[in-house]
Amino acid sequence: MTETVVFEARDAEVNYLNADYGVRSWLFTKDHKRIGLLYLASITVFFGLGGLAALMIRLDLLTPAGDLVGDDTYNKLFTMHGVVMIFLFLIPSIPAVIGNFVLPLMIGARDLAFPRLNLASWYIFNIGALFAAWALLAGGIDTGWTFYTPYSTMSSNSNVLSGAFGAFVTGFASILTGVNFIATIHRMRAPGLTWGRLPLFVWAMYATSIIFILGTPVIAITLLLMMVERAFHIGLFDPALGGDPILFQHLFWFYSHPAVYIMILPSMGVISEIITCFSRNRIFGYSFIAASSIAIALIGFLVWGHHMFVSGQSANASLIFSLLSFFVAIPSGIKVFNWTATLYRGSVSLQAPMVYALGFIGLFTIGGLTGLFLSTLATDVHLHDTYFVVAHFHYIMVGGALMGYLGAIHFWWPKMTGRLYNETLARIAAIIVFLGFNLTFFPQFVLGFLGMPRRYHVYPDEFQVLNVFSTAGASILGIGYLLPVLYLLWSMRYGPKSEANHWGAVGLEWQTSSPPPTENFDHTPVVTSEPYDYSEPVEVKRVA
Amino acid sequence: MIGRFSLLPEQASTVAGQVDTLYFFLVALSAFFSVLIAFVLFAFVIRYRRSRARKVVPTGGGFLALELTWTVIPFILVMIIFGWGARVFVTMRTPPDDAMQVYVVGKQWMWKAQHIEGRREINELHVPVGRPVRLLLTSEDVIHSFYVPAFRVKQDAVPGRYTSMWFEADKVGEYHLFCAEFCGTAHARMIGRIVVMEPAEFQNWLSGGSGSGDMLAEGEKLFEQLGCRSCHQAETGSRGPTLAGLFNKQVQLADGRTVVADDTYLREAILNPQAAVVAGYQPIMPTFKGQVSEESLLQLLAYIKSLQGPKAAGADAAAGSGKAHAMLPVHGGQS
Repeated sequence: MTETVVFEARDAEVNYLNADYGVRSWLFTKDHKRIGLLYLASITVFFGLGGLAALMIRLDLLTPAGDLVGDDTYNKLFTMHGVVMIFLFLIPSIPAVIGNFVLPLMIGARDLAFPRLNLASWYIFNIGALFAAWALLAGGIDTGWTFYTPYSTMSSNSNVLSGAFGAFVTGFASILTGVNFIATIHRMRAPGLTWGRLPLFVWAMYATSIIFILGTPVIAITLLLMMVERAFHIGLFDPALGGDPILFQHLFWFYSHPAVYIMILPSMGVISEIITCFSRNRIFGYSFIAASSIAIALIGFLVWGHHMFVSGQSANASLIFSLLSFFVAIPSGIKVFNWTATLYRGSVSLQAPMVYALGFIGLFTIGGLTGLFLSTLATDVHLHDTYFVVAHFHYIMVGGALMGYLGAIHFWWPKMTGRLYNETLARIAAIIVFLGFNLTFFPQFVLGFLGMPRRYHVYPDEFQVLNVFSTAGASILGIGYLLPVLYLLWSMRYGPKSEANHWGAVGLEWQTSSPPPTENFDHTPVVTSEPYDYSEPVEVKRVA
Repeated sequence: MIGRFSLLPEQASTVAGQVDTLYFFLVALSAFFSVLIAFVLFAFVIRYRRSRARKVVPTGGGFLALELTWTVIPFILVMIIFGWGARVFVTMRTPPDDAMQVYVVGKQWMWKAQHIEGRREINELHVPVGRPVRLLLTSEDVIHSFYVPAFRVKQDAVPGRYTSMWFEADKVGEYHLFCAEFCGTAHARMIGRIVVMEPAEFQNWLSGGSGSGDMLAEGEKLFEQLGCRSCHQAETGSRGPTLAGLFNKQVQLADGRTVVADDTYLREAILNPQAAVVAGYQPIMPTFKGQVSEESLLQLLAYIKSLQGPKAAGADAAAGSGKAHAMLPVHGGQS
C-alpha cells in the first residue's frame, strides 16, 4: 500500500505507552491511541455490568415461575442490561476504542483533527455513563431501554430522570466522536490516499459518523422532552395531558433504528480488514462495499416505522416502512457476498481474528435474514415484541457487532499493546463464543414463533424447555467472554513482544512499530496503490 | 392448546395458516442462503488454505456481473416477500363488515372486555367459532398490546385513542392471551385466555352472567344522565348536531377540516369538544373528560353508533354536515 518505510533509524523502544508515565499523563492525554485505551477500560467495565444483568436474567428464566427475583427487580435487570449494553457499550465500542486508535494510523495521520475534543468526549461519556449507572444501580429503572411513554413519564416509579439524563449526556460524546472522525477523514489523509484508496474500515467509520451526527441530536431531544413531561407534567406524550404516546415512538426509533447501524457498520468495516488480511487477497467489490456502508447509513434513517406495525400507526405508513426496510437488506447482502468472494483463490489462514470474522459472517447472515421476517408485515404482527425479536437483534448486535469488536481487538491487539496473546486460547475462545451464542439465541427464535412475549419473567410451562437451552448457552457464552479478558490481560505483561506487522497486513497502521510512537509515524507515509494490495508478499518488519 | 410443549404454535384462526405459509417460506429462504454462504465459505477456507507449497496468486478486485447478480436477485426476492406480506397484512387489517364487535380496555394489569349484549369479562374473552370478531381497544393508563399467538394477531391498546383488530377463530378451544407491550411491574402477569366456543354454546354463555344491561341500554342511560340529549336532539335547529346516522360519515369541521366520524373522532368530540367543532355550530360543548370512565365511554359510543337515520344506508346527503334532516334515533343492531 505504501512505499516501504524504514524503521531502523528510530529508537523503537520509545512508544506511546512508555513515552510518559503517571496518571496525569493518561488523564490529560491528547493522544488518540491513549484515549482509545481509556475508552477500552471504561466500556469493559460496563460490559461486565451489562453481562452480569444478562446472567441474572437468564438464571431467572430457568424456571417458568420466575422465582429468582421479584417482578420489579426483573424489570430493572433487563432495563439495566439494555441501557448499559446499548448506550454504554455497543455504541462507543468500535468507534471510540478501535476507531480512535486505528483510524488516524490507517490514514497516515498523527492524530485526530481535534485531539482536545476527543479527550473531552471521553470525559463526557464517563460523566453520562456514571450518572446512568448510578441510576440503574441505586434504585434502578424499570422502563426498558426504550423508555416508552406514557409508562416512563407518568407511571414508572423508578429513576427514569437520572437514567435518561445519563443517556442524554453520553450522546454528546458520540456527536464529538462523529465530528472528529469526519473532519479527520476529510482533512488528514496521507498524500496519495484518495477516497478510492481508503480502507473499508475508514469508510465504515465515515458512515457511522454520519449517523452519530444526524441521529444523536434527535434522541437527545426525545429524551429531553420525555424528562420535561415527567418532571413538569407538560403534556407531550401522555394523552391524559393532551400528548401523543405514538409520537414518542416515532422520535425514539428515528434515532434508535439507525443506532443499530452505529453498532453494526463499524463491525462490517472490521470484517473487511480482517478477511483481506487473512486471505491475502484484494477485497472483492471494493466500491460496492464502500457504497453499501453509506447506503445503509442513509436508508437506515427511513425505516424506523417498522418498529411500530402494531402500534396503531396507519396501515399505509406501515406499508411504506415495510418496503423501505427491505431496501436495507440489499446492501447488507452485498457485503456478505463480497466477503465470501474475497476468499476465492486467496491464501486463507485461520488465526484468531479470522475465526471471529468468519463467526461474524455466519451470525450476521442469520441475523440479517431473520430481519426479513420482521420487515414483512404479516409475520411481524405475530413476531413483534416476542422472543423472535430478541433473538434477531442479539444476532445482529451481539453475533454481529460484538463478534466484530472482539475480532478487532484480537486483530489490532499486537498493534495496540505491542504484545502477543496466546493464539490457541484465542481461537478456542472464538469457537466457544460462536457455539455458546447460537445455543443461547437460536432457541429464542422458536420461542418467539411459539408466541412467548419478551420482557416476561413468568411464563407458561410449555416454554421452559427452550428457555433452559438458552440459559445453558448463556453460561457457555459467559465463559467465552471471560477467556479473552484473562488472556489479553495476561499478554499485556507476559505476552511475547510483537513485531511491527504481526499479521503481514498491508494497512498503513502496520507500517509503523508496535506499539506505535506517540506521533504515529516517523515520516508521513505516501500512498501509491489501492488498499488490500497483497500482490507482493508483505515483509514482516522486525522492530525489537 | 395451553400447556403442551411443541415446536409449532397452534393455528386457530383463519389468518394463522396464511401467516405460517409465509413464515415457512421465509424459513426455507433463510435456510437456503445461510447454508449456501456457509458452504461456500467453508469450501473456500479449505480449498485455499495457506500452505507453503502453493504460490499465492491474488485475485479479488470484483466482477461487475457478479455484483449485479447478487444485487438484483435478492432485490427481486425481497420485493416478492414485501408484496406477499403486505397482501396478508391488508387482510389482517380489514375486518369483514359483519364482524361482531367487542370492546376491550387494558389497564395495569388486566384486560376488561364487554360484549354489546352486556356480558363483561376480565382476562378472558369468549368468542364464537367461525364468526369474525372485531375488537375495539383502548387503555386506561399506559400502552398494552393484545396478543393471541394462536391467532397470529396483535394490536397495541393505546391510551387516549382507539385501535382495532379482528380475527375469526376456526377451532374451538382455549388459547393464550398475552400483553405484549411492556407495561410495568406485573406485565408478565397480564395474561388471560381466549375461549373459542360453538356458536350455540356461545349464545348460551352470552345470555348468562351478572345480568348487567346491554351496552346500548347502558349507553342510552349515560346519554340521558350526562345531558347529551339536551343539545344533540334529533330535531333540526338544536344546539348541537344530530348524532343519528353519524358514524363513519364525513364531517365538516369549523376549522375547515373534513374528518370521518369514526370511534376515535367520537371519543375526541366527547372528551375534547373544542378540538372538533362541527361547522355551523357554536363551540359551546363542555368537556366530559374525567366524568366518564373508558368503559362508560365505550358504552356511550356503542349507543351513538347505534343511532341510525332511516336513509342511513346510502345517504351521502346525510353525511353529517350538521345540517342533516331530523332523524329519529332508532336502535339499530351494530354499525
